[in-house]
Amino acid sequence: MLGIGAPIGAAILALAICAIPLALAGADVGRAYQLMLTGSMGSRFAVTETLSRAAPLILTGLAAAIAFRARLWNIGAEGQLYMGALAAVAVGTGAVPVPSFLLLPLVLVAGALAGGLWMLGPTWLRVKLGVDEVVTTLLLNFVVLLFVGMMLEGPLQDPMSLGWPQSAPMLADATLPKLVERTRLHFGLVIALAAAVVTWLVIQRTAFGFELRATGANPEAAAFAGMPETRVMLKVGLFSGAMAGLAGVGEVAGLKGYLTQDLSPGYGYAGIVVATLAQLGPLAVIAAAVFVAGVFVGADSMSRAIGVSSYIANLIVATALLTMLLAGLVTRYRISR
Amino acid sequence: MSEAPAAGPFVAPPLLRLRGITKRFGDLVANDGIDLDLARGEILALLGENGAGKTTLMSILFGHYVADAGAIEVAGDDGLLRPLPPASSRAALDAGIGMVHQHFTLAQNHSVLDNVTLGTERLWAWRQDRAAARAKLRRLIETTGLDVPLETSCGELSIGEQQRVELLKALYRDARVLILDEPTAVLTPQQAERLFVTLRGLAENGLGIIFISHKLDEVMALCRRIAVLRHGRKVLEVEAADTDEARLAHAMVDRPVELPKAQPRPRGEPVLDLDAVHVAAGHGIEGLDDLNLTVHAGEILGIAGVSGNGQRSLAGLVAGTLQPAAGTMRLLGEPWPAGGPKVLVQAGVGRIPEDRHRQGVVGDMTVWENLMLEGYDAPICRRFGLLKLEHFRRKAAALAEQFDIRCGDIGAPTRLLSGGNMQKLILARVLERNPRLILAAQPTRGLDIGAVAAVHQHLLDARQRGAAILLISEDLDELLALGDRVRVLYRGRLGPSHRRAEIELARLGLEMAGQNPDLPTSAHAA
Repeated sequence: MLGIGAPIGAAILALAICAIPLALAGADVGRAYQLMLTGSMGSRFAVTETLSRAAPLILTGLAAAIAFRARLWNIGAEGQLYMGALAAVAVGTGAVPVPSFLLLPLVLVAGALAGGLWMLGPTWLRVKLGVDEVVTTLLLNFVVLLFVGMMLEGPLQDPMSLGWPQSAPMLADATLPKLVERTRLHFGLVIALAAAVVTWLVIQRTAFGFELRATGANPEAAAFAGMPETRVMLKVGLFSGAMAGLAGVGEVAGLKGYLTQDLSPGYGYAGIVVATLAQLGPLAVIAAAVFVAGVFVGADSMSRAIGVSSYIANLIVATALLTMLLAGLVTRYRISR
Repeated sequence: MSEAPAAGPFVAPPLLRLRGITKRFGDLVANDGIDLDLARGEILALLGENGAGKTTLMSILFGHYVADAGAIEVAGDDGLLRPLPPASSRAALDAGIGMVHQHFTLAQNHSVLDNVTLGTERLWAWRQDRAAARAKLRRLIETTGLDVPLETSCGELSIGEQQRVELLKALYRDARVLILDEPTAVLTPQQAERLFVTLRGLAENGLGIIFISHKLDEVMALCRRIAVLRHGRKVLEVEAADTDEARLAHAMVDRPVELPKAQPRPRGEPVLDLDAVHVAAGHGIEGLDDLNLTVHAGEILGIAGVSGNGQRSLAGLVAGTLQPAAGTMRLLGEPWPAGGPKVLVQAGVGRIPEDRHRQGVVGDMTVWENLMLEGYDAPICRRFGLLKLEHFRRKAAALAEQFDIRCGDIGAPTRLLSGGNMQKLILARVLERNPRLILAAQPTRGLDIGAVAAVHQHLLDARQRGAAILLISEDLDELLALGDRVRVLYRGRLGPSHRRAEIELARLGLEMAGQNPDLPTSAHAA
């Protein structure tokens, strides 16, 4: 752990570095960053936008954080998110006849389960056969996108969509309520915050969390102490995938109301940045997610005002990941020298 | 630049001069103003406990660390002392400083010749002149008597032979100063004696040798001059002829340390029974062949032998991380509990692993968490599915007190602990459960003498309480001090049982090298 200075320093350094391409694009750097700041938190609306973007990022950040804690390199949160969304749509558009008050819980459970089970396969392959999960989880992301496309042009296509590949809308009973009227901020944020607290409790206070931390930090010592490595890793995979699945549910049931192939602008991958900035701490994930969400929302607003492409947000976030990894490297180097 | 060396009547020209070497790691002063001189043809002992700063000093000399203050000078071909550029291993090598590490740095799948020449060839040359290299190496072997087959791959060599290759590596690079870090730790007494003969020969030919050790008898037998480090300072520098082991020991630890002695005690019923146990060798597992052994309650059975002869497998069997391919194991007369380490711990087996860092503790977790590593999932430790952390912390604090684990705070990461305190942590975790059988694999390896005394005392107390202890160690002194009986493990086979009173050191040494006149079975190894 590097303390709170490292991520803040990494973020500032990333913003400084990204001033170069901003200037090259002909923008006034100071004004651009000022516009980003007001665009992400300068008004009530901006804050709700940032928070509604932070909700899925918290969940995918948790997915990465808990997996990375156990040295399970889950790069597939994007795919698990879509699997969660797919399950939410399958259950929440009226296909399953259940009492209305049960529908929303069922949607949440189905989404979490779909994401978790999707991660179970790569985890099992890794534990039992030593198959590199970085490769399997990453490649499965593309499999999921194709599968979603197939479902949206097949059994899950909305008959009223005039041929567009999109699902039927979620039933009203399967929709997450708004937190603030006339904004996009929905109950998914509460779910994400609760998930962060639960994840923290699980990691810090349960026997499973203890096994997870020991196995992640020193598998050989954990095995010597008699901890069941296979079972621990499978549970971690299930938990991690479930978090990403919940992110998908939130986007479908809270924000969009239906599933399309462009549901996520890369929340799964951004979750890795969030978790890294948070140094894999579940509660710190919340702050990191708000920062990353703010960069995205602010950059959108800035690009509308001065005409710089909003891709700058991706650049900033990616640079922040690199500077953060660098901070870790430099710190370790200093200690060893 | 031409005064006589500071200490003693030694008049040979100086090879190496360290002045005021200081190195800090945070608050820790690892080296504090150390002066050291080495002359041609001299063997200088660098004596000190673990953590005294020996390795740091040598790492600075070799360019792995940069000193915060101080100067290093090395004699060139003309005999004049010149400053050694810091932070460059290359510069150290070029200046003729050779180092033989405690853990060998040989490419196991390459031949001896390749290992020796590795790093000396020019990278951009079209072809390497192997004939010249071979001829040079042969001359070297002839003059030094360091006999090894040149074309054999290093993985097939014995430990003693591998060490000779390391020496040849340094000499091939025309080393004038040779540093040996705990070279006898991996050798049998006879092999160590042979090494000493070689080193004396090298010194007579003008080499300067720094011999790092914490074994007093070796240092007294081999070295001319002895420098003692304690807490990063040079506290004593004397001629070997002017001192004795007791004074050296006192300088090393600055407190009288008496290693505990075993009290006689009648032994009880058999606790651990191995009958015709077989483990197949392969995949990094050392084989065991038709192993029969019994450890009784209130008895310490010592297993001697050089590492790599099956110790790890024997420890794995008792620790529950390895299953025998054939044969039966029994615990207290009952069949061996199946189900791995957790079941064994509950059945009363305490396990002190060979490798503290890799198997014994999770370095990134706190001291109190490591103390509960084997007991975290007892039902009484939970409420509503959540662990009762306060309960653990209280218990850990009591254990840290009882076992004198010096960690500052039980919330500190365990990796910050010294080796001795880490071992005490493991002992606390194991002994707290009052085990009937204790596996102690290399329990004092790398520990300073104070910690060794503590570990020995705890093991003897457990024996007094009636625990059966299987002590696997490379340290013959330790086995002789603790073991009620000692047996030698060589190439997966156990030698006969020697009662403590009847042990001859030379006899054990022969068995450790595989020469056992009494046992016809030793012929199978040939």
